[in-house]
Amino acid sequence: MFVTSAFAQESAPAVEGGHTGTEGETHSGTGVPAEAHGMFPPFDPATFPSQLLWLAITFGLFYLFLKKVVMPRVGGIIDVRNDRITQDLDHAARLKGEADAAVAAYEQELAEAKTKANAIGQQANDAAKMEAEAARKKVEAALDKKLGEAEARISSIKANAMKEVGTIAEDTASAIVEALVGGKASKAEIAAAVKSVAR
Amino acid sequence: MAADKVDPIHQFHINKLIPIEIGGYDLSFTNSALFMVATVAVASAFLYLTTSSRSLVPGRLQSVSEMAYEFVGNMLRDAAGTQGMKFFPLVFSLFMFVLVANLLGLFPYFFTVTSHIIVTFGLAALVIGTVVVYGFMKHGLGFLKLFVPHGVPVYLLPLVVLIEVISFVSRPVSLSVRLFANMLAGHITLKVFSGFVVSLSALGTLGIAGSVLPLAMAVALTALELLVAFLQAYVFAVLTCMYLNDALHPGH
Repeated sequence: MFVTSAFAQESAPAVEGGHTGTEGETHSGTGVPAEAHGMFPPFDPATFPSQLLWLAITFGLFYLFLKKVVMPRVGGIIDVRNDRITQDLDHAARLKGEADAAVAAYEQELAEAKTKANAIGQQANDAAKMEAEAARKKVEAALDKKLGEAEARISSIKANAMKEVGTIAEDTASAIVEALVGGKASKAEIAAAVKSVAR
Repeated sequence: MAADKVDPIHQFHINKLIPIEIGGYDLSFTNSALFMVATVAVASAFLYLTTSSRSLVPGRLQSVSEMAYEFVGNMLRDAAGTQGMKFFPLVFSLFMFVLVANLLGLFPYFFTVTSHIIVTFGLAALVIGTVVVYGFMKHGLGFLKLFVPHGVPVYLLPLVVLIEVISFVSRPVSLSVRLFANMLAGHITLKVFSGFVVSLSALGTLGIAGSVLPLAMAVALTALELLVAFLQAYVFAVLTCMYLNDALHPGH
């Protein structure tokens, strides 16, 4: 502040008060400022304008570059990937739905085929049973007929035999009567007697 | 020059590389400006080149870029809702700038841009300026409701409003000082322990044996600083999101 006018002219670029002389010297371009007057460098106000300016320039450019170039690109990459993942998940879900439908259709067809097979089996079974029954009935009828014929023959043979038995008995009876009684019995009497005995 | 080697403050000196002086202001291109340019160049190149293939299935580096993008995006959406996404470019560039500046500063002989309070204050002022300007643009005087919480008895109101105003005004200060102090303290500690290694090993055999301890410490601190570099960038971005939320929804 209170420097002589001569000195103030010497340090032309109006250095802020407080640091007198030495500050002026450091500004004259030795390349080692701050060090000379022993101030802690981060608190040296002489460096503030330059640092702020360069910070504004560099950070401003950085901001613009990120905003215009980098962030749309990275955001785009991530969006594309998310879209792709959603798409793939949808695709997978659709395929799964299709597979499920196919499984359901297969199972339904299987069930239908089973019932059809059962029906066919039942039908065949019934048909076979009926056929067997018919065959059995036919055979039985034939057997019955044969049995009847045989029985008829047996009874006729029996009747014939019985008839012959009567004649033999009559002959035998007349012979016995002859031998025992010694007379001849009439044929008709003997036949009646044999008949009464035979009954 | 021998004294410089163990001077932990030396690393924060600003050296003019191209002296520029306009209208009485010293606007020289300094080592600080050089590292701002480097920070922006490295961050831009990384983000630009790793995503240039636009792979559907990302490679390692592309996933790093995408992770950073989604990390900041989710952070902002959680804090400020979908409306806050219009500030995504701002928050993302702040996060990347601070993160890359912090990480670059960890290299030996590199200048740490964020160890200067004026830089962190500039970024914090940008955030608070955005909050104030957008808040008044969107809500008009309704933005002032930010200072009047609901459900406070009338006789307490002056006190509460005063406290709210102070807390709002101190935001840019705390935001900038937190980042600045963390980077400054970390680099000083690192330098001090590394200085011990050099000065101890100058003492002969015993000194070399003894210097193992500060060396191990320096290695451990480097790991810690790596964490701090990321953490402070994260904290800066999270607080930015929360302040932006105030601009969007001032009525608490």
